[in-house]
Amino acid sequence: MFSQLLEIFTSVAFYAAVIRLTAPLLLSAMGGLVAERSGIITFGMEGMMLMGAIGAAVGSYYTQSVLGGLVFAMLAGMFLAFLYGIMCVTVGANQVVSAVALNLGALGLSSTIFALVFSNKALGVVTEVVSVPSMRPVKIPLLGDIPILGDILFNQLPLVYIAFLAVPAVWFVLYRTTIGLKIRSVGEHPHAADTVGISVVRVRYLSVLFTGLMAGLAGALLSIGMLNTFQENMSAGRGFIAYTAIVFGKWEPFGILLGTLLFGLADAIQLRIQALNLPIPYQFWVAFPYIVTLLALVLFVGKATWPAASGQPFKRESK
Amino acid sequence: MESLLRLEKICKTFPGVVANDHVDLEILPGEIHALLGENGAGKTTLMNCVYGVYRPDSGTIYWKGRPVEIHQARDAIALGIGMVHQHFMLVPPLTVAENIILGLPSPREPLLDLKSASRQIRELAQSYGLPIEPDVPVWQLPVGVQQRVEILKALYRQAELLILDEPTAVLTPGEVEELFKVLRAFKEKGLSIIFISHKLEEVMTISDRITVMRAGKVVDTLPASRTNPRELARMMVGREVFLHIEKPPCTPGEVVLELENVRAQSDRDLPALKGISLQVRAGEIVGIAGVDGNGQTELAEVIAGLRRVTEGRIRVLGKDITNCMPKDIIDLGVAFVPPDRQHMGLLLDFTVSENLIGKSFDRPPFSRYGFLQRRFIENFCDGAIRSCDIRTPHAQVPVKLLSGGNQQKVVLARELSLQPKLLVASQPTRGLDVGATEYIRRQMVEARSAGTAILLISTELDEVLSLSDRIAVIYEGEIMGIMSAAEADLQEIGLLMAGSRAHVATGTPQTA
Ligand SMILES: Nc1ncnc2c1ncn2[C@@H]1O[C@H](COP(=O)(O)OP(=O)(O)O)[C@@H](O)[C@H]1O
Ligand SMILES: [Mg+2]
Repeated sequence: MFSQLLEIFTSVAFYAAVIRLTAPLLLSAMGGLVAERSGIITFGMEGMMLMGAIGAAVGSYYTQSVLGGLVFAMLAGMFLAFLYGIMCVTVGANQVVSAVALNLGALGLSSTIFALVFSNKALGVVTEVVSVPSMRPVKIPLLGDIPILGDILFNQLPLVYIAFLAVPAVWFVLYRTTIGLKIRSVGEHPHAADTVGISVVRVRYLSVLFTGLMAGLAGALLSIGMLNTFQENMSAGRGFIAYTAIVFGKWEPFGILLGTLLFGLADAIQLRIQALNLPIPYQFWVAFPYIVTLLALVLFVGKATWPAASGQPFKRESK
Repeated sequence: MESLLRLEKICKTFPGVVANDHVDLEILPGEIHALLGENGAGKTTLMNCVYGVYRPDSGTIYWKGRPVEIHQARDAIALGIGMVHQHFMLVPPLTVAENIILGLPSPREPLLDLKSASRQIRELAQSYGLPIEPDVPVWQLPVGVQQRVEILKALYRQAELLILDEPTAVLTPGEVEELFKVLRAFKEKGLSIIFISHKLEEVMTISDRITVMRAGKVVDTLPASRTNPRELARMMVGREVFLHIEKPPCTPGEVVLELENVRAQSDRDLPALKGISLQVRAGEIVGIAGVDGNGQTELAEVIAGLRRVTEGRIRVLGKDITNCMPKDIIDLGVAFVPPDRQHMGLLLDFTVSENLIGKSFDRPPFSRYGFLQRRFIENFCDGAIRSCDIRTPHAQVPVKLLSGGNQQKVVLARELSLQPKLLVASQPTRGLDVGATEYIRRQMVEARSAGTAILLISTELDEVLSLSDRIAVIYEGEIMGIMSAAEADLQEIGLLMAGSRAHVATGTPQTA
């Protein structure tokens, strides 16, 4: 058994899988971070990811192109994000409760769409696995030829590159641009932002829509990236893990990168070890990444330092 | 002279309150105009209407003679109006420079240009004599400096009219002097200033003209040279005021509260109390004077058992209560009026009656065998409402519907009904009108005369001076000095509040 484990941990494919499994978490978390910094709790990423996954499958199926799938995925994620924005920003409802409702709604909606689009009409169920056009890895010239590293990092799906590039990009936007300054101020002290003429409502809507876009792409990475079809509830809690990564990373892009890599690693480990047929019930390995998530939060995070106005609706005339 | 700003018949109501009732106001170029009124008179609301934070229900605003629509703060800023809010509108984790340029277009849009902003801020600060370090996060700055940031924020936006909402509330007497110098310099440069305050002396010192507001209406506007504090007080309150409280001589008994070298951390995990030693005896009021944010909150909390003591001992009647549960401390006879009645002192959605018995409902005669004794509770509450003059239709009204003064009476009635050995009162009259203030103060003096030991923590220096038998000054978590009220010297207290150990005699204050 030890030699089997050694084999896993020394294989290039294993580390490539870590990177691949990290990417959807990272995409979603980078989107979520922006909304979080504007004061919106992004518990709804799970649903947005699921909508992205079904959107990508449907778009890819109808347009017969991956690009079409991605556009649909972004729109589907942003659609749910827009509903979430209405509830959090315009109505001022409890954000966690709204998110839970939307996540459940997205679960039902995505399965229904799947059944409607891909089903055997007479039976109303999906009888055969329909495969749609899906993404192909792109090897980056020169970098891809580096031994070992090239295979791990530079021979991946395009969205994986985008996920990792999003980290410095989001950092740059948050800390080096005027819109980033606006986002941060709105999340910390919306009344102060309001008194210097910043539209809290607009900043928050845009931030949430960006989360929808990114979580939608993350969903696409699941359905038409790693597979070539949709499966019911295929996000399987990854939206929540992305949220956890934000907390783990203390709302800082590079900290979050670390968090998602940890969870990507745990996911890759469980996939490989499951295949070994050890005398441990496979359910344990399925739960493994979530257990790691929990432990990471308990052991490493300590006192959370979230944006001060997190979860609070903004109303100008309220005290 | 043509007016810079003119308000005509401004009205603004909130659910249940007419905050501004047909208010007229005229501000001339280059004048310092005081807006004077009690808490709740409607001063802040009026200025929020001018600044676009609130929309007035009716009325017209004229700027340089032309009627203008101010829908949001951006419009006011564009006209040249700047406002320093009473609760600063600064984003704590952002730096001074980031706060100042927030919301303005950058010369390198969409990129921030903090370097050139910092340079400009330094120059601006220099020219007005307001030194500032642009790259420090705002939360690290003392309040006095934060206020400077707010003023610079308005100047950076080229304000011609600067509105200062209760700017002196957070300052030491020395800092007030500094601020006044700066305001006079602004006036020299042609700026107009609206200076909001409820302190008569200050208003007389700094302003050219004074507008007095009471209960949402303007009582009168008159030049400072043609009035006096007494007349202003009468206009402000609507009757003659006697803020002096009769106090029988103090006869201190045994030591009730004793703090020995107590240390504690703040919410931000910085040292908040740095070795406090203090005694309060039965039948005396010890007042803690100091500028807000120097450890007062933490001091009250460690005594009430709401914050961990990291070092040192707290004893009540000789019994060690360091880091005990709040419940055990209450049972020893310690009562607590928290600084924030709305969040800590009351359950706002609960009724007056439920709040009144909030600390005693689980013991006889309020309950027996786990059942509330309705008859007894009703009688008790009716008695408390009558004897404390709590203005409420009946005891079953949610306490959130009461005015601030009556809410505070509920808190005090509850705490005193326990016949405490020790009362820790933190900001007991903050935000109350003169009537309620007088009442609360009198109740405390009565409790003291009945033998209760009282620790009064207040940022209103007047309150500490008029109620205390002994005065301790707190600065950055340390007691700078303790003196008996009889020999207290205002100038000395002011220096201690600013952190310099008394060097009054030599006239060379050293700032810590
Ligand atoms: N946002 C608000 N919502 C409800 N009532 C308010 C609000 N702001 C102020 N008020 C009420 O309006 C009145 C005037 O308040 P304010 O303008 O703050 O007085 P001042 O600044 O003179 O102390 C008070 O009774 C206050 O309770
Ligand atoms: Mg006010």
